[in-house]
Amino acid sequence: MGEDRPDVLQGTLDLMVLKTLETMGPQHGYGIARRIEQVSGDSLRLNQGTIYPALLRLQQRGWIKSEWGVSESNRRAKYYSLSRIGRKRIEQEARNWERIAATMARFLTASS
Amino acid sequence: MDWLRTAISRCAALFGGRGMDADLDEELGAHIDLAIEEGVRRGVPEQEARMKALREFGGITQARERYRTQRGLPWLEVLAQDLRFAIRMLWTNPGFTLVAVLTLAIGIGGNTAIFSIVNGVLLNPLPFPHPDQLVALDESKPNFPTGSISYPNFLDWRKDNHTFASMALARGYSFSLTGKGDAEQVKASFLSSGFFAVLGIRPLMGREFTPAEDKQGAAPVAVISEGLWRRKFDSAPNVLGQLITLDGKNYSIVGVIPAKLHLPRISDDDVFAPIPQWTNSILMLRGAGLGFHGIGRLKRGVTVEQARADMGRVTRNLAAAYPNEDRGIGASLTPLKEQIVGDTGSFLEVLLAAVGFVLLLACVNVASLLLARAASRSREFAVRTALGATRARVIRQLLTESLLLGTAAGAMALIPAIWGTHAAIKVLPAALPRADEVGLDFRVLAFALVVSLLTGILFGLAPAFRISRANPQDALKSGGRGAVSSDHRVLGTFVVVELAIALVLLSGAGLLIRSLMRLWNVDPGFNPRNVVSIGVSLPPSMASASMDETRARLRELTERFAAAPGITAVSQSWGAIPMNGEDDQWFWIDGRPKPKNQNEMGWVIDYIVDPDFLRVMQIPLLRGRFLARGDDERSPLVVVVDDVFARKFFPGQDAIGKRIRIVSSDDKAAEIVGIVSHVKQWGLDSDETQSLRAEYYLSCMQMNDGYIAGARSGTGMVIRYAGSLGAALDSLRQVNKQMSNEQVIFGEQSMESILSDSLVQRRFAMILLGAFAALAVLLACVGIYGVMAYLVSQRTQEVGIRMALGAKRSDVLAMVLRTGARLAAIGVVAGVLGAIALTRLMGNLLFQVSPADPLVLACVCALLAIVAIAACLIPARRAASIEPMQALRTE
Repeated sequence: MGEDRPDVLQGTLDLMVLKTLETMGPQHGYGIARRIEQVSGDSLRLNQGTIYPALLRLQQRGWIKSEWGVSESNRRAKYYSLSRIGRKRIEQEARNWERIAATMARFLTASS
Repeated sequence: MDWLRTAISRCAALFGGRGMDADLDEELGAHIDLAIEEGVRRGVPEQEARMKALREFGGITQARERYRTQRGLPWLEVLAQDLRFAIRMLWTNPGFTLVAVLTLAIGIGGNTAIFSIVNGVLLNPLPFPHPDQLVALDESKPNFPTGSISYPNFLDWRKDNHTFASMALARGYSFSLTGKGDAEQVKASFLSSGFFAVLGIRPLMGREFTPAEDKQGAAPVAVISEGLWRRKFDSAPNVLGQLITLDGKNYSIVGVIPAKLHLPRISDDDVFAPIPQWTNSILMLRGAGLGFHGIGRLKRGVTVEQARADMGRVTRNLAAAYPNEDRGIGASLTPLKEQIVGDTGSFLEVLLAAVGFVLLLACVNVASLLLARAASRSREFAVRTALGATRARVIRQLLTESLLLGTAAGAMALIPAIWGTHAAIKVLPAALPRADEVGLDFRVLAFALVVSLLTGILFGLAPAFRISRANPQDALKSGGRGAVSSDHRVLGTFVVVELAIALVLLSGAGLLIRSLMRLWNVDPGFNPRNVVSIGVSLPPSMASASMDETRARLRELTERFAAAPGITAVSQSWGAIPMNGEDDQWFWIDGRPKPKNQNEMGWVIDYIVDPDFLRVMQIPLLRGRFLARGDDERSPLVVVVDDVFARKFFPGQDAIGKRIRIVSSDDKAAEIVGIVSHVKQWGLDSDETQSLRAEYYLSCMQMNDGYIAGARSGTGMVIRYAGSLGAALDSLRQVNKQMSNEQVIFGEQSMESILSDSLVQRRFAMILLGAFAALAVLLACVGIYGVMAYLVSQRTQEVGIRMALGAKRSDVLAMVLRTGARLAAIGVVAGVLGAIALTRLMGNLLFQVSPADPLVLACVCALLAIVAIAACLIPARRAASIEPMQALRTE
């Protein structure tokens, strides 16, 4: 865990989870965490444990839902999937994030 | 919508309990297992894979905590935790809890009771629609700021004003009701049309009076109360149109008015009749003061000031049109609520302040208890702080405990509050207007709740801050006896405050007691003992009697009552009754021209009586003679005056032999034949300050036909008796029945009760303030004892060392007493200053006693000093009895 890898911003993590569920379909917490690490190419410092409060938060908003299922190795695990609301919100959240990223980028280039 | 779903989900999680935790644990377990599986699949040894999995997960406990925080409502959970802990703490110290809750409950209960009275009487609006539009109307006259309105003036006021939506007039009366069971005297009022409409009261049935019935010559109609309708008419639905016989005349019932009128003037009345039905020959005289008073409803948006200006214009026009009667006559407008509540405000404020002090005292007491206990708990909090609890967290925990105490006390306080309110209302309807409207309503409960919470914060804050500031290291080292010298200072301050508050309350009570003693020693000018005043209504058949027949009947009445067993002396009593009924007349001194209007006349309180009045009332005759049996309708008019009259109208001369012309006796001249001692007509306390104090006595047999005709329906009498009042009244009723079945005795009132009623407000204030003061002394006593006992227990070791080094027991005793005495001295000085400043506000409850009355203050200081020393004595003796060896060994 290198010192130069930034922590994950809270809202970012939410969007990553949503995007992961959109591409991969229903998935358990460990699977989601691994996928995020892989996609980000280990450039992010993610305590896998932080994924669970994020999952709960999304569930409380009604964007994702969960049910108990069985993994490939026959282990009982909780599987998360997008709800109808969540599916609709991904677009909007992604646009928000792009806007923020673009703004940040402009700031960085302007001040350098 | 997201926040709403989140909120619902979080609330739902509150009820999820342990199942949800197990769920989470399983999920997290699965995560680790899956990670290990993946590692093993890649050929990493299981042990290493587990380490890696845990490392990447990054702290299972933290994840679980954050998850839980996200899941439910953490502040609520903390609160529940604090509450559980607080309950456990209070439960394990039942003695402390009981004392604290009881102390506070007394304080909160007293406050709630007094507040519920203040709320019902002062704060709540009158129970009428748009009550702020209602005003009381009176005529302002030179001698009476709120005198009665003459009927002709009222009719013009109503016609000429531009600011009132409606206006009505009323006068109390008493009808003898015959032909429906036993003859009975009923309370009644003569009303103008629209009286109930002004108040917004709708008749239960039928209607009230119409403007046509305001005119003389209209057919006699009456409105009856719901009470009379139920009692005499069995709630008959067809009561309208039935006849009711009042003073021998048949009235047709046109309406029934609901019970609970909430207007003191008419709330006990059973019958209402239109004003012109009153057979009074001077009703239509513009200058007559016949006891009519008005009410009015302002037009929407009109202020009382605007209405005053408008009525000023109306009355000025009337004065110009009728200079003889109306010069100097204005209209007086008082908001109705102000008029009903009267001067109760200051009286209730004094009580509220006093009971507030009791609560403050209770708070200080509990605070010092908490502080003393806190010292022994300092170790507990030191441990908590050492384990990472923040100062805010500790304060929060302690405040939860005190708020819990406060709320428990508040809930408990409702019992004394309800009971106290009931007791108070039962004791003092005479002293308290609107007593029937007092009760526990939402505002009172809110008050109790707020007071309980504020109380909890007030007495909890100081100890909480003190404990939380303690350095955990010191506290742990000192082994739980962590009292610091600043604790002693705070506790000392508490003692001083308690003594000061108790002293303020005690001196308030003392001043009232002294005022009442002064008042009781005031000579009313007559002997009220064994005197009763009654009304007698003559049979309806007398209504058509001639003047001579009426006089004969009155003489017979006086003689037969006087001959009744147990009766010493009897007199008719018209006009004013000492302390109980006002009446006034005008005169001018014979030989001078008759003044053009009333204001330039001499004004005088008139007593219209029989020769025996002096024997009944035992008023001293100063010079000359009193009215005699020979002063009757055939002899020249004579008058007896009091010394105030003689001094005011004949200064430096002998009044006897002088002649005055009396307006109500058709301007006839009357010779002054005697001077009697002044009677305090206006009450023991305020007679001296009144402007109208001169009095004279006329013989009722010498009154003109108007007065005699008025007596045909009924008369007032005063009677001196021997033995008990009950026996005297029985004996009178027996004689009365022998005279006629239709003759009724009513409104009997002993002069002593009239006298004591005039002091009822002060007496009530004295009793309550006395009770509060006693409570305050008790609380202060307990408080001082508690603090001193605690300080002594803290100094056991020190005392042991001192004694080991040669201090005598008497030295130790003196040392403790000195500490107590020093605090007591400071407290007493602070209390005296406070008392002098605060008892000033009692203003009109005091009578001829200065707020800084030295006797009261000296007694109160002495009493409190004794109490303080007594409270210190037990702890001091305990300190003196310490065995030095034992004290040192227990270390």
